[in-house]
Order: sequence, then C-alpha cells, then structure tokens
Amino acid sequence: MIISFNKNHKAKLVTVAAVQFLTAVLATAAPLKEGDPFPDLKQFGLEGHIPDIQGKVVLVDFFASWCHPCQESFPVMEALYKKYSDQGLVIVAINVDKNQADMDDFLKSHPADFVILRDAGNKLVSQVKIPTMPSSFLLDRTGKISAFHRGFKGEETRKEYTQEIEALLK
Amino acid sequence: MKIRPVPFLVLLAASGLLNGCANVQPWERGNLADPAMDGGRDPLGSMMSEHMWFSREAASGGRGVGGGGCGCN
Repeated sequence: MIISFNKNHKAKLVTVAAVQFLTAVLATAAPLKEGDPFPDLKQFGLEGHIPDIQGKVVLVDFFASWCHPCQESFPVMEALYKKYSDQGLVIVAINVDKNQADMDDFLKSHPADFVILRDAGNKLVSQVKIPTMPSSFLLDRTGKISAFHRGFKGEETRKEYTQEIEALLK
Repeated sequence: MKIRPVPFLVLLAASGLLNGCANVQPWERGNLADPAMDGGRDPLGSMMSEHMWFSREAASGGRGVGGGGCGCN
C-alpha cells in the first residue's frame, strides 16, 4: 500500500520523532547538579560499612575494575586521603562491578585505606545517573554537592581535587 | 488516506515502548570494556588491512575509537 504524505502525515511523524527524542533525553539526563543534596547512602543497601559523614567533606567516587581511568584515580585519592583525612576529609569509593571477585582483584592491585562500598544492585548509581566512569562528587560539610568530576584526567583532576578540598576544609 | 486518532496513538505508544533500542549505561559497560570485545586484537593484521585499504581503495580511518568501548572519560 502506498501512502501519500500530506502535511497531516508529516506533522504526525514529526510528533513521533519529537516524543522519541524527548524520551531519550529524559532517560539520559543527569538529575544531580551542584548545590543539590547528595542522596543518603544508607538508603541503597550498599555493601560495606557506611561511615558517618555528618559535618565532613566527602569525596564520593564511582569506580569499576574494568575502567582504566579508575585505576589511575586510586593512588591520587589515596594520597589525598592520607593528607587531608585528619582535617575532616572522607573518601567513599563505590564499586559498580557485577562480580565482587573483580572488585577484590582490583583492590589487591590498587590498595586503599579509604572507605570502599559496593553498589551490587546498582541502585545508587542508577539514581545518581553518572554520565561516565569514573565520576565523583565532592560534598561540602552540609552534604550538598560542591563539585562534580566527570571522568578522571590525571594531573588536571588531581589539582582540581586539591584546590576544591582545601577550600572546603577551611 | 485519513489517519484515525486511536490507531495513531497506539502506534505512537508502541513506537516508544516496543523499539529495540536500549541505552547501555556507563556503569553497565563491563562486558563492552572487555578486551575480547576489541575488533582489532591482531595489531599486525589490522595494520596490513589498513595499508591495503589505503593503497587500493584510498580509504583509511573509520575504524572506531581505541579500547574496548567502556566509554571511560
């Protein structure tokens, strides 16, 4: 059957395309932005000991064993933790691997003294909707997002972390 | 041909709900990031093919990005 396209058809096809586009945009939009409160970590069934972050400056980092920039980020976060933990910095790294064994292998080769949690059901990460791996949120002492880092870019990110953390710890 | 509104709305809903598209979220790309997913695991072979296409067909590039596709950074 041959359908002749008049203006009416065209308008309806445009509507279909617009609805699909909006659906795609809404599905990929990151809901959290600077100034928003970060979700309560205790609400998502995370595995591991959730620290008390009341009144602390917190770096929440999402990582996975298969993510190469995450491997680079760990020594940097470890150094930051050692330098600033006495002043009130808490680092919480949240793993999103499917298998715990992969996370364990990763942590053997990238040891960390800061808090490691596991989002086995991907509940938290699905709510936060990070746009890339790794992603990290720096929270101020009131629990609000002070800075967001998309990916880890080596020295550039290390400098930004340092500046932002020092400013928040003052 | 007239388009009736009810079938059109059903079609509109179906096109949104029944299409085969799925967004692989950044945190779900463990399998895609596996080295086994890299199409160019034979560097010498890839180089030879690339050279052949460049020489015979004046074509090069277009072989995607490096890595397995984890979309990191």
